[in-house]
Amino acid sequence: MHKEHPWNTFKEPFILNPMPKMLAVKIWRGGEDGRFQSYDVPRLENQTVLDVVTYVQRKLDPGLSYRFACRVGMCGSCAMTVNGTPRWTCRTHVSRVAEDGQLQIAPLRNLPVIKDLTVDMRDFFDKLAKAGGAFQATKTRTDDFAKIPPSDPRRHHADAGIECIGCAVCYAACDVVAWKPGYLGPAALNRAWTLVNDARDGMGDKRLSMVAGDDGCLACHSQQGCQEHCPMGLSPTAAIAGLKRAVSVAALKSKL
Amino acid sequence: MNEVVQTRLWLAQRISAVVLAVCVGIHLAGIIIAVQGGLSAAEIIGRVGGSGVLAAFYGVFVLACAVHAPIGLRAVLAEMTDIKPVSINGIASAFAAVILLMGMQAVLGFLGLGGG
Ligand code: SF4
Ligand code: SF4
Ligand code: FES
Repeated sequence: MHKEHPWNTFKEPFILNPMPKMLAVKIWRGGEDGRFQSYDVPRLENQTVLDVVTYVQRKLDPGLSYRFACRVGMCGSCAMTVNGTPRWTCRTHVSRVAEDGQLQIAPLRNLPVIKDLTVDMRDFFDKLAKAGGAFQATKTRTDDFAKIPPSDPRRHHADAGIECIGCAVCYAACDVVAWKPGYLGPAALNRAWTLVNDARDGMGDKRLSMVAGDDGCLACHSQQGCQEHCPMGLSPTAAIAGLKRAVSVAALKSKL
Repeated sequence: MNEVVQTRLWLAQRISAVVLAVCVGIHLAGIIIAVQGGLSAAEIIGRVGGSGVLAAFYGVFVLACAVHAPIGLRAVLAEMTDIKPVSINGIASAFAAVILLMGMQAVLGFLGLGGG
């Protein structure tokens, strides 16, 4: 046994509900007009929601369709609706979300269901392009590196949003996307804001025109559903607020 | 309607909101101060009716309403209904006209009282 140090205050947690042996899992099967199907999945320690889905597909129902790739929260392909909330499933532990050993797993909201847990992501990615999400280079590879001091405020704005993994969790969480299918949505606008603040980018005011207007940043209600759910802890709401300011100034200066 | 007009409408709504906030504040404060002495609405109007300054103030108030509310209605209809954008713009414009007409009628009526 280790010597007990006085500063070691760790105690075994008092376990109220011992871990159940089985999970009662309901998974969406079929397209938009599908239904939930029930499965019993063995409960394991440190099990993620993606582990549960994978178990169902490998052991119980090989016809189940779902997406994943990296399993470590980098690729953004595994997002689903877990007990009513959009989440990245590879990094969501069952212990954090299962209510009384129950899990309900559905496809993401606001995107057309292809089959089971897979949704058609085209709208989501098309909107990234529509919002001017592509970097427009102003130099070539033979030029010197751009020198941007770490203290540059624009660099801070860009840094704050740059870690987006394109998982569409925010897009599924946003009510304005649900009400207005044309709305560009939090991820695309967040991406645009990082580029508006990128000193190396050459698109300038044209990008502001792309994100202005009724379907752009002005439609956001600033209620922060996106940042509440973003697994990377980003704040598209803050990015959109920045775009609103930039777009307003551009409109007043007749630069849109 | 292009994004420049849409952005200007959005800006107009924000600016009119600021004007409205100030107007509502002055309006409420004025009423509360005036009724402290036990004056009724009719008595207050009897004293200040016809004041050019107050008429101008309420004219600005009405103008801010006529700008602010229809733009908001336009956004609500776009989000909550399937009405076509052209029709939504028509409804919002009509709403603006109604507010402007009714409001200005009241302001002119107040100015015509000639008591103050
Ligand atoms: S803050 Fe804006 S983008 Fe984010 S969920 Fe709300 S409306 Fe959507
Ligand atoms: S902003 Fe966050 S939630 Fe939205 S796509 Fe990027 S990582 Fe996912
Ligand atoms: S599988 Fe790549 S983020 Fe979850």
